[in-house]
Order: sequence, then structure tokens, then C-alpha cells
Amino acid sequence: MTTALPQTSPEIGGMGHSVKRKEDPRFIRGKGEYIDDVNLPGQLWLDIVRSPYAHATIKSIDASEALKVPGVAAVVTGKDLEGYKLHWMPTLAGDMQMVLPTDTVMYQAQEVAAVIATSRYAAADGVAAVLVDYEPLPVIVDPHKALEDGAFVLRPDRGADKQTNHIWHWESGDAAKADAALAAADVTVSEDIYIPRIHVASIETCGCVADWDPVRQQLTLHMTSQAPHAIRTVLALVAAGAGLPISEQNIRVKTHDIGGGFGGKVPVYPGYVLAVAASFLTGKPVKWIEDRSENLQADSFARDYHIHAEMGATKAGKITSLKVRTIADHGYSDAAADPSKFPAGLFNVITGSYDFDNAFVEVDGVYTNKPPGGVAYRCSFRVTEAVHAIERMVDILAHDIGKDPAQLRMENFIRADQFPYKTPTGWEYDSGDYAPALQKAMDLIDYAGLRKEQAEKRARGELMGIGISSFTEIVGAGPSHDFDILGLKMFDSCEIRVHPTGKVLARIGVQTQGQGHETTFAQIIAQELGFPVADIKIEYGDTDTAPYGLGTYASRSTPVAGAATAMASRKIRDKARKLAAHLLEASEDDLEWTPGEFHVKGSPDRKKTIQEIAFAAYTNHPAGMEAGLEAVDYYDPPNLTFPFGSYICVVDIDKGTGEVHVRRFVAVDDCGNIINPMIVDGQIHGGLTMGFAPALYEQITYDENGNNLAGTFMDYLLPTAVETPAWELEKTVTPSPHHPIGAKGVGESATVGAPPAIANAVVDALWHLGVRNIDIPITPPKVWAILHEKGIA
Amino acid sequence: MTLQHITVTVNGEAREADVEPRLLLVHLLRDVFGLTGTHIGCDTSNCGACTVHVNSQSAKSCTMLAVQADGAEIRTIEGMVAGADLHPLQQAFWDQHGLQCGFCTPGMIMQAAWLLDQNPQPSEEEIRAGISGNLCRCTGYVNIVKAIQQAAGTLSASASAPVSAAASTEGQAVSAEPVSAG
Repeated sequence: MTTALPQTSPEIGGMGHSVKRKEDPRFIRGKGEYIDDVNLPGQLWLDIVRSPYAHATIKSIDASEALKVPGVAAVVTGKDLEGYKLHWMPTLAGDMQMVLPTDTVMYQAQEVAAVIATSRYAAADGVAAVLVDYEPLPVIVDPHKALEDGAFVLRPDRGADKQTNHIWHWESGDAAKADAALAAADVTVSEDIYIPRIHVASIETCGCVADWDPVRQQLTLHMTSQAPHAIRTVLALVAAGAGLPISEQNIRVKTHDIGGGFGGKVPVYPGYVLAVAASFLTGKPVKWIEDRSENLQADSFARDYHIHAEMGATKAGKITSLKVRTIADHGYSDAAADPSKFPAGLFNVITGSYDFDNAFVEVDGVYTNKPPGGVAYRCSFRVTEAVHAIERMVDILAHDIGKDPAQLRMENFIRADQFPYKTPTGWEYDSGDYAPALQKAMDLIDYAGLRKEQAEKRARGELMGIGISSFTEIVGAGPSHDFDILGLKMFDSCEIRVHPTGKVLARIGVQTQGQGHETTFAQIIAQELGFPVADIKIEYGDTDTAPYGLGTYASRSTPVAGAATAMASRKIRDKARKLAAHLLEASEDDLEWTPGEFHVKGSPDRKKTIQEIAFAAYTNHPAGMEAGLEAVDYYDPPNLTFPFGSYICVVDIDKGTGEVHVRRFVAVDDCGNIINPMIVDGQIHGGLTMGFAPALYEQITYDENGNNLAGTFMDYLLPTAVETPAWELEKTVTPSPHHPIGAKGVGESATVGAPPAIANAVVDALWHLGVRNIDIPITPPKVWAILHEKGIA
Repeated sequence: MTLQHITVTVNGEAREADVEPRLLLVHLLRDVFGLTGTHIGCDTSNCGACTVHVNSQSAKSCTMLAVQADGAEIRTIEGMVAGADLHPLQQAFWDQHGLQCGFCTPGMIMQAAWLLDQNPQPSEEEIRAGISGNLCRCTGYVNIVKAIQQAAGTLSASASAPVSAAASTEGQAVSAEPVSAG
């Protein structure tokens, strides 16, 4: 186990130093290069005609007026793409999705035609001039109705045996054992919990500039992607299927700077494919940039899980069993960005932080007339849904049996001595120590004092609640025996080149969308090799230069590519040892490493610095040894990592308006060994805010006709600085035993852990009124309606 | 469409352009003048990524026409540096880890600059209210607030001293942990 890492000096800036970010100087000056900042000579613009209907037959598309608009060069329809077999494309989940429809639209805002023009404004004028004649069809918004007998079959394109809106069934655990344990339980609780459809809404929308060079037969795709290598391979496969002369060595995907990802920039959207097709047709670079409404209405959503959970326990509150049935609304196509063997992601991590033997989880995927998707919204493949369900159920159980929710958790936690811990659904948690994290949070927030205050306030008729969430995350997908996307194993990579003057260039297979990889990956190398962070340059996001990797999502950068970076560094250190032995005329076994130098044991003055060794690798390497100092590592993790934490939230509820005010929120996180404390805290701040947002504000809703009711930032509410609480952070450190630097992942933990803490606090404030559950987002109207019904408001 | 001739001063430099009357100010800055530091994040004035100063007022340049800025003095994020020196707000955002993906950052800095111009010593509550028209998806605003507080201190120190104190925060510790310049 990697527990104690050598401490490097601040000048080296290895792990544990709050090194200021290397990427910031360009961002604070407005010199970042985001996708809409990329402009190429002769570039055309692409804009998209979108459907006003959620379900309709396209009777005709008349582009004649659009083609008369000054500057409009072409209008592309599904019929045009059909000739190249490009009107449908595969999704990452192995389903099919339309690039442009030939006959039917399946959701409001679906792409219907593309206009290519000489300017942004001319393209928009062209879009307004395209006339489409629609015949509306019946709309299915509710996934339960989609499953009813006689429901309109939304996807007749599937095989004769699949003429149903049911996509797939997935299950995990032992149903018979879970049933038996539930039947034998002293106490059972059951609840319906809906995790609503939400959107990542990164402040930068999606876009690309596709640049097909017909002479060189080279496609360069500048795009907003969290997984550029996977995109390159998918493009190559789609092009080959379409008979297009675009092969993988001639495809270059470049991501530039990305203005937030959160899972929304993992999928391939029709706009990207249309821009590539338009560039191929015109021989010119073509830019496509979504506006905010397109982003919210058409890009992949997250969540939308209808969960029914049953939990069994002893009279004393020892959990014995959990059974969960879920309907997953995928819209008209399953475009989830999950590992291929996991259509419901890692949802079966739903047994959480608790030690019990009997669990069964089943999920059914369903089609509706909504946009396709199923991306993460800053979490690892459906973990937020799982954590919300288990943390709500544990709280309901505690309240039902009259036991303090903190005490019930303490009595059910997996104990530190049980790790590595096998869960009843098959995961092996690598490490954890849950009780101290909860105790730390309770001490920080004065839990006992708050309970006393709550009792006093309740006696006065005031509504105050305290909510806990003790979550376990599952990140770092993943081990190649189980984890792949479309067959591509989910390893990741790092290539390090040490230059003769002792400066370092490292390229990684993952991407940064704000996480700070240019700094933290340099710190890993600084930790392992002793080069100062200032001397290390990290590159990524260019498939022509970076080693192959599956990209950044599901908190996999540090667990997978971070491990590859440590391992590649160690390969370099191994060669450096041989070089040092040569230079010092000593045996390799007689050399000792301290960060930045080898010295002869017992003779600290007989030493060579890593910089001297680097120079020798090019100027004075021994006979029989290859010149140079480089290494590459493709890291296949032996297991996932399991970060955890305990959060406690205090809310006050305004009886007049139903508004929930988060008075305090204490977050104790454990992400194993920490690379950069400043960046870890920043990730937790952001993660908490993206947990707070869906707990109280965000939801994409649809009316019965499938109209999106949250298609702009006027209706889809992102929290501002005014609403966002002042987060209080603390840590415990339980290193991952299998990760080379003992790190886990951290970017998403707080988004996963925060919503149930807030929901539990609100229900805690209202439990005495007979309230057992409130689905998120817990908006003022929702709370006011409850208070009104109970005669309080 | 008839083009209209406009003259504006951008970051101290006189610029001219013939523009469609419907051209948004943000597109004038980005697409015509090539000042891509000002970003677009929504179309409804909610996110503030496009915030610039027009005649020393904070303005969302996605909701203003270029022709409305005819004759105006405009300042964008590119105009915040003085030679090689960062503006105290730029320095503070770096010191305090007040940015992650960086996309909202230019608008946030421009809004914060206007806020400090109006209220040189704002309380935390006033800072939060003052940037409530600018959305950030990454930071949870915690370190943005700290950065604005740092800059308020630097600016008031430099206002009371003849010599700029902008460089004094270089290498400032952002936590109890050891710090070194990246």
C-alpha cells in the first residue's frame, strides 16, 4: 500500500503542494482557445433546422427559398445523407441515432436539415427560410405509458422481434435472496423516488470546425470532446461503413480548451457529423456552434430514473436487504455514455456504504419522445442515482424506526477491517473508513447541538432540518476485463519525453475540461522524478500526438491516466538508475533515490541529479544502452477506486414561501492521497454546487405534447453566487491500495453525495408532518404545496 | 442588408467597421476584431460570459447591438493587462484558484472590475450579489469571491500608496499547504 509518499520541496512541487495552475495565465488574459475561437481561412458556417414537434412525419422539406438567401451555399437533408448511409449513426451505447431524419422526427428540437453559408448570420437566415411540412404523430412522454400494451412503437426501425418501446433489461444481485430477506425482515420500508432529467449546461456549448482537405485526404476535426481518441476511431468506422475515403491515420481530432464538460461532451452529436459531411461536400472548413437553446433541448440529458426501492431491516435497525426496480427513460435512442457491458452504468453500487448481504437491482431502459442520452452530469455512470436512492432509503428507515440517522448509519457502515469489501452486487471496494468521516462531519457541524436547536424550533413551529449523506463513489473505469466502450478497453496512457536539458514533455490520453491536468499531471511526474513542476509541460487533446486513451469522464483521469503517468515516470527512473550507475561507476543496487537524484548509499556526495542523468542519456550513455530518456505506459487498472465521504446539511424552510435555505453544509471527503490540495478543494466546491443545483433548482420538464419547458437559462435555473452556500470542507485520507500513488478520484464525489444530504434535510424538517419523501428538485412551489396541504403555509 | 459605419474605441485603440445593424456587439468584438477573450454562453443575458465595459459600465455584449456602441469606449478582458502586468483581479483569480475551465472567467473578471469600481470595499454578500448575473459551473463561486476580496485589498492598497502593489501578491499562499509558482 502506498501510504507515505516522499515529500518534495516546494520548488519541485510534487504531490501535496498547492501549486498554482499552469493553465491559468492564458485564461485570465482571455487568451484561452475555445472552439468558437478557432477560425480557419475560407471557413463556412453550419446552422441547423430543428423540429418544433416531439413526434411527426416529415411530409416535405422545401429549401428553395433558403437557397436564395445571400451567402447560403447548400442545404443538407436526411435524404442527401441517405445516399452515403450517413442519415443514421451508432451511439456509444450500441443503439442507432439519426443524424438527419428521412421521414420522422422523434423529439422537439431534433435536427431536420443543415444550412451551410458564408457567415454565422447568413446560416441563421437560411435556417429561417427552410420550409418543412410536418404531420404530427402521437407523443409519448411518460416512460410508464411507453411500456403499456398497444403503445405506439417509437422505433419500428429495430428488428421484427423488437417492436416495443422496451430497450433492454439489466439486473444484478440475487433476487431470491433479496426477496427472502425482505420477507423475513422485522421492518420494511418502500418508496418511489424519481431522479429527474437534468442537463450539464457547461457554460461553453458544443461545437466543432471540420476541415476536410481533399488533396491530402486529411480530416482535421477541431471539437469539444472529452474523448478525442474514441471519437477518431468512431469517425473512422462510420466513414468506412459509408464508403468514404477517410481513414484513421488521416483523421486528427483536436480539442483545444474546453469550457466545461461534465459528461455532456462525451457523445457524438449530429452537429459534429453534419459539419464533417458538409466539409467533405464543400471541400472547405465548416464551423458548427450550438446556441444555448440547442444545447439544452437537444444534447444528451442526464438521470431520468424512476426508482422503486424496498429495504428490510431488523427491529434494531440493522439493514438486511435491498430490492430496487427502475425505469430508465432514454428518450428515442439509447445514447448513454456507459461502458458497453453496463447499460445502467454502475447503478448496482446502490448498496452504498453499508454492510448487508442481500440485494437485487433491476433496470429497464425505455424509449420516449425526448432527446437521446444518458450522460453523467458530473458522475460516474449512474452513481448519483444509486447514492440518492440508498441515502434516501436509509434516512426513511431511520425515521420510521425512530433512530437517529447518524446512529443508524454508524451501526450499518462497512467497518475498516472489512476492506477490501465484496458487495452483494459484485463490486470489491478497495479501501474505506466510513465512521471517522461521519464523526468528523458531526463534530464540525456540532450535530448534537443542531438536534437540540431543531427540537426547540420544532416546539415553536419553526421548520429546520438536518440531513446526512454518507456516500461511496465508484470511479476510474476501468479494468479491461469488464470495461470497454464499443470494444475499446478503458485503459489510459501517458508518454513522457525527457529532453537533454532536463525539461520534460508529457502527453496524456485523457483530456482536461477545467480539472487542471496541466498542473496535477506535472505534479505526479515531479513527485516520481524530481523535476520541478515548472520544467514539465503537459499536452493532451490532439490525437496526432497524444497516446491513445479513452478520455476524461467518470473521474477516471487520476485513477487511470494518473496511474499511467506514475508508471511511465517509474520506467524513466529505472533507466535513470542505470545511467546513474554508469556515471557514478557504481552498482545499480548501491544507488539510493531521493526525489531528483541518485546517490551512492552511505556517500550522499557521490550523486547525480536527474537533470545530469537526462543530459547523459543523450551525450554519454553506456555501450549497449539505447540513447534517450522516454517512456510510455498504457495502464489497465486492477480495480476501480472507491472515494467516499460524509456530508451534513442544515436547512431552514420558509413557511410562507416554501423556500429552502441551506444554512450550513459540511463536506468531509476522502479521495485517497491528494495531488494538489487547492485543486481538490476547488473540485469539491464545484461538485457540491452541481449537487446543490439539481437538489433545489434544475430539471428539464416536458408538457404532454413533448414540448421542452426548460430550454433556456431563463427556465433552466443554474444557481448563482447568491443562492450557493458557503461550503465547509474537511478531509480524511484513506489511500487506494492498488493505485501507484494511492490516489482515487474527486471531481464528481460531491455531485454524487450532495443531493441526498439536502433532500434528507428537507424531509427531516417535515417528517413530523407526515412527509416521507420529496423528489428533487425541491422547489418552493413543491414545498409550499405540501405545507399548504398540511395546513402550515 | 445595408451596412452601417461605426467607430469605437476598444481597449484604448480606435477601431472602425461596416456592420449590419443587427450585428451583436459580442460578434463585433469576436468575429470582426478578433478579440475572442469575450465569450458567449447563452442567448438570454443570464450567464454573463460576454460581459465587457461600455463607457465604463458593465454590459452584456450578447444583448447589445454593435451599432448601439457607435462612438463608445469599450474595454474587454484583453484590455485588463497593463503591459506585462496583470490587473489585480487577474492576479487574484490565479492566486485564489478562482477559475477552472476558464470560460466564464473573462466575463467574471470584467463584472468584478465594475463591481469594485462602484464599491471598492464590498462585503461578501455584496460581492455575491454583484456577480449574480455571471454564471460559473465549475467553482461553486467560493474562490471567485475570495479572489475579488483579494483584489479589493490590493486595489485599495495601491489607491492609498503611490506605487502599484499589484506584484505584492505573487506567490501568495492559497492554503496552509506549501505553494510554488507553476
